[in-house]
Amino acid sequence: MTFKNSNGLFIIKNLVKTIQDNKDYLSEIDGKIGDGDHGINMNKGFTLCGQKIEGRDYNMSKGFQVLGQTLLTDIGGSMGPLYGVFFDELATASEGYEDVDSLVFKNMITAACEAIQEIGNAKRGDKTLLDTLLPAIDAYNAAYNKGDDFKECLMAFQEEAKKGWQSTEDMIAKIGRASRLGERSRGVLDAGATSCYLIVNSIAESIMEML
Amino acid sequence: MSRIINNPDLVVEDMLEGFIKANSHIIATTENKRVLKYKNAPVEGKVGIVTGGGSGHKPAFIGYIGKNMCDAVAVGEIFSSPTAKSFYDAIREADSGKGVAVLYGNYAGDNMNVKMALRMAKAEGIQVKTVVANDDVASAPKNEREKRRGVAGEVLMWKIAAAKASTGAALDEVIAAAQKSIDNTCSVGIGTAPCTIPSVGHPNFQIEEGTMEVGIGHHGEPGVSVEPLKTASGAAKEMLDIILPDLPIENGDEVVVLLSGLGATPVMEQYIVYNEVESLLREKGIKVHRSYVGNYFTSLEMKGVTLTLLKLDEELKELVDMPAESVGLTQF
Repeated sequence: MTFKNSNGLFIIKNLVKTIQDNKDYLSEIDGKIGDGDHGINMNKGFTLCGQKIEGRDYNMSKGFQVLGQTLLTDIGGSMGPLYGVFFDELATASEGYEDVDSLVFKNMITAACEAIQEIGNAKRGDKTLLDTLLPAIDAYNAAYNKGDDFKECLMAFQEEAKKGWQSTEDMIAKIGRASRLGERSRGVLDAGATSCYLIVNSIAESIMEML
Repeated sequence: MSRIINNPDLVVEDMLEGFIKANSHIIATTENKRVLKYKNAPVEGKVGIVTGGGSGHKPAFIGYIGKNMCDAVAVGEIFSSPTAKSFYDAIREADSGKGVAVLYGNYAGDNMNVKMALRMAKAEGIQVKTVVANDDVASAPKNEREKRRGVAGEVLMWKIAAAKASTGAALDEVIAAAQKSIDNTCSVGIGTAPCTIPSVGHPNFQIEEGTMEVGIGHHGEPGVSVEPLKTASGAAKEMLDIILPDLPIENGDEVVVLLSGLGATPVMEQYIVYNEVESLLREKGIKVHRSYVGNYFTSLEMKGVTLTLLKLDEELKELVDMPAESVGLTQF
């Protein structure tokens, strides 16, 4: 099971739409224990990327690169660099592959997640986007290792991303601005984990459509 | 909330245009719209001083660009770190070849963006070192100082490091002065009413009328306690009780006092609080060498004040006394 890198700009276009559609939802979640501007900032970056790729015949790698660079150069805060390096690594790790199979994608998400961990210093359980991403990647790898096909791997990826995202509701924030709230940060989903779930879910959906 | 603005999504852009027009005697623009610099930067033979941070803290951060102050500043969205690219561009604009000191506050976003900017600068062969301000005593216990946020003490750190740089000091000496300054600085804030990010449109935290939040952060981060509102003398005592034991600052010490409003507290009230602070310090045998009272580091229209004390030694005293010219701080 593979899809063509050259057809993959579809993934980035869907990501832009996903964030645009969820702009208010993300801000609402962020407003509970944060500034309430997560949706605004994410929408700004993804929409800007949408404009840059409009009408271009970029492949997936180039699309991810444009998205990563847009977030790094135009969106600051914490999400600019975190998602910036994430998409940049998805680009780098897929560059040069005409056909993307389950192994290429495994390497892409592994590199992207490592880049986030390196720059952000968060750990599992800190109530961040890693609580969506790490279990999702573990599930993908487990499925891959037992010989599941690309689609099955992606379904495991999606499913555990969702569980991981929802698990942030019961966590206490250990890093970032919300960490000052202590117990008061419990009972609310993490905004970064939420946008990360939307991103992971959208990427998986888009790829499954192409397989 | 009645504001006199145009588009709530473009407050940073519109503010920058006005700021540049109003201050062209000090400020110059750069290729990056989110980076402003001192009109004479890079200053030949001088270590560059760079900072940056989210908007909404006027006159911080761009108001501290100037002579014997910051050389270039990266500007972020409201309460949101500037991009890595902007920090990097600010570093480039400030570098005269003698290296650049990036002096900024301890926030997750700023830490990440500066880290990435440093990589870019390193790749270009620019020598850069950083000091991360963590003067907010209420934001973490003393044994976890590395977790504390940077607040108004940053102003004194820039002032001192920039003064050191203007003596022709090397990058390591400038960094050492900045580090010594922030290591000897303690701040605490009291909030009495919240603020609203224009594009969000409603406050994301509350402070009930008649109460004060002690230890509140510069973006409304929760403090250590919410109490019935006190008088100026009570508030001054409470803030000093938090700050003084931390370093500690004791009988015989000399300090700089920086009392800043958070945006919507009248300067009149700030002087009333300062009066109480000075009296209490005097009673304790602590000498005020120099004081700054006014809106030095605000949080949009938050109500309240922050109190910052810097414990001096001879070097710091000499540096803090050096003349400086900027929009936010000018002294002769």
